[in-house]
Amino acid sequence: MTAHAKPSKLIKGATGDWEIVVGMEIHAQVTSKSKLFSSASTEFGGAPNSHVSLVDAAMPGMLPVINEECVRQAVRTGLGLKAQINLRSIFDRKNYFYPDLPQGYQISQYKNPIVGEGEVIVDVSPTEQIKVGIERLHLEQDAGKSLHDQSPDQSFVDLNRSGVALMEIVSKPDIRSAEEARAYVTKLRTILRYLGTCDGNMEQGSLRADVNVSVRRPGEPLGTRCEIKNVNSIRFIGQAVEVEARRQIGILEDGGAIDQETRLFDPARGETRAMRSKEEAHDYRYFPDPDLLPLEFDQAFVDALAVALPELPDAKKARFMREYGLPSYDAGVLVADRDTADFYEDCVRAGGKARDAKVVANWVTGDFAALANAAGVGVAQTHVPAVRIASLVDLLAENVISGKIAKDVLALMFSEERDADPRDIVERRGLKQVTDTGAIERAVDAIVAANPDKVEQAKAKPTMLGWFVGQVMKATGGKANPQSVNDMLKSKLGI
Amino acid sequence: MSVDQGTVHRIAHLARIAVDDNEVEHLQREINAILSFVEALGAIDVEGVEPMTSVLPMLLRMRPDEVTDGFIAEDVVANAPEREDHFFVVPKVVE
Repeated sequence: MTAHAKPSKLIKGATGDWEIVVGMEIHAQVTSKSKLFSSASTEFGGAPNSHVSLVDAAMPGMLPVINEECVRQAVRTGLGLKAQINLRSIFDRKNYFYPDLPQGYQISQYKNPIVGEGEVIVDVSPTEQIKVGIERLHLEQDAGKSLHDQSPDQSFVDLNRSGVALMEIVSKPDIRSAEEARAYVTKLRTILRYLGTCDGNMEQGSLRADVNVSVRRPGEPLGTRCEIKNVNSIRFIGQAVEVEARRQIGILEDGGAIDQETRLFDPARGETRAMRSKEEAHDYRYFPDPDLLPLEFDQAFVDALAVALPELPDAKKARFMREYGLPSYDAGVLVADRDTADFYEDCVRAGGKARDAKVVANWVTGDFAALANAAGVGVAQTHVPAVRIASLVDLLAENVISGKIAKDVLALMFSEERDADPRDIVERRGLKQVTDTGAIERAVDAIVAANPDKVEQAKAKPTMLGWFVGQVMKATGGKANPQSVNDMLKSKLGI
Repeated sequence: MSVDQGTVHRIAHLARIAVDDNEVEHLQREINAILSFVEALGAIDVEGVEPMTSVLPMLLRMRPDEVTDGFIAEDVVANAPEREDHFFVVPKVVE
């Protein structure tokens, strides 16, 4: 291990500080129409055993033929992880028995994976960035699905998922807390979605994590690890790391030792528990699959894919900071989702007009995001096109409406005015800012005349000005230009 | 290299092949005979020689990503000892 323990990451036990060490194996379902070694559909759901070919059912005499798109997707992902692409890799058989594995082995890659070492930059918080090393990425088949709740003494097996391509992405043990573990998976999922190589849908099982957790005293060698299998949400990954580390610390502080074993996380109970009995210790007897030749391609194949890669989150963030002058935090929030980033750029550039990119970012990540979220969608998926957000920002910049009215208009765009442009809404509803100084002056005079006591207080305490501004805005239905109100009040009150 | 009776049991279990105790000695002899036969290969120096995975001078053939198979659930479960609604039905297996 390279880095020294970060004091802020250590957790306190009864007998001193402990450091958590986490490495992860992420199983990401490859986005493709058909399976890794057969031409059956990969579509989620489907009637039982309908997306199954005789290859997937492991009927005698059937032979695997690799899907070239799955190979391209693995290479794209490797490129996105800044990883070494291996021009030659080998498929092996990993042997074990389970009813949802009809072949009796999984075709995987053992010693020679398609992708080697890489790196992911992870934002843990607005001020903390870590690097997580990638050990390898390999292609393998998914298994089928067993249903245990259909009958008291039988299991039902559906092979629709059997043979779907997975990328197993193995990290180095570079993660030091539950928070870092969550941030790593979040970033990895963002990269996969940008690349279009995995949809990252954890509810449907397109992204599943095996989490390896161990603890040690700072500076000491790695402790014995436990593997927590198949954690299926980012929140649960954080919780699993936390409770497993606590469990191990408890055992070690009581003078015990950690057994290396596979465990399951139970979210309802908030605990992990041992999964497989020890006598079933894994013996996969890997050997090269005699049905498949080595997978080979040339550098030109890789280069062609590299050229066509989309702009990835880190590059996009850097460009947003450079081109739009955004702070790191804003840029990071925007690029976390590719559609959001595209929507933001559409807003900034709409109509070819210049507008304040930071103000646009505030709206897109602030009030607008909140309304979209309340509607249960992302900012790019609402009924509101980017050009209308641009229009709202322009109305503000032109001093046609105040910030307060802009928020009201946006709320209207999600209620009574779903199909209208902000400019129309403001026009029709008479929401234009009152810039007529005569009208503002009349309102100011009326408030000042009605509150002689407050006028006295304000002279001693100028911060009282805010109260007056509020009263005038109320009297004018929020339409008075706040700057004009401010200026006029200051001169009337003599402060 | 040779295997003991425990290893024979273990190999049989990994392959899910039922082996009676009275068969073990016979199997142990057979396996050891095979092992001693291939042991001759151990005398060859293969330092730096890449393992040969195929004798064919060709590359792995790839196929385009198209859905042209499946939708044959009836055929898939045709030989299943037990089935229901096109599911395979097996004795309960829960971790």
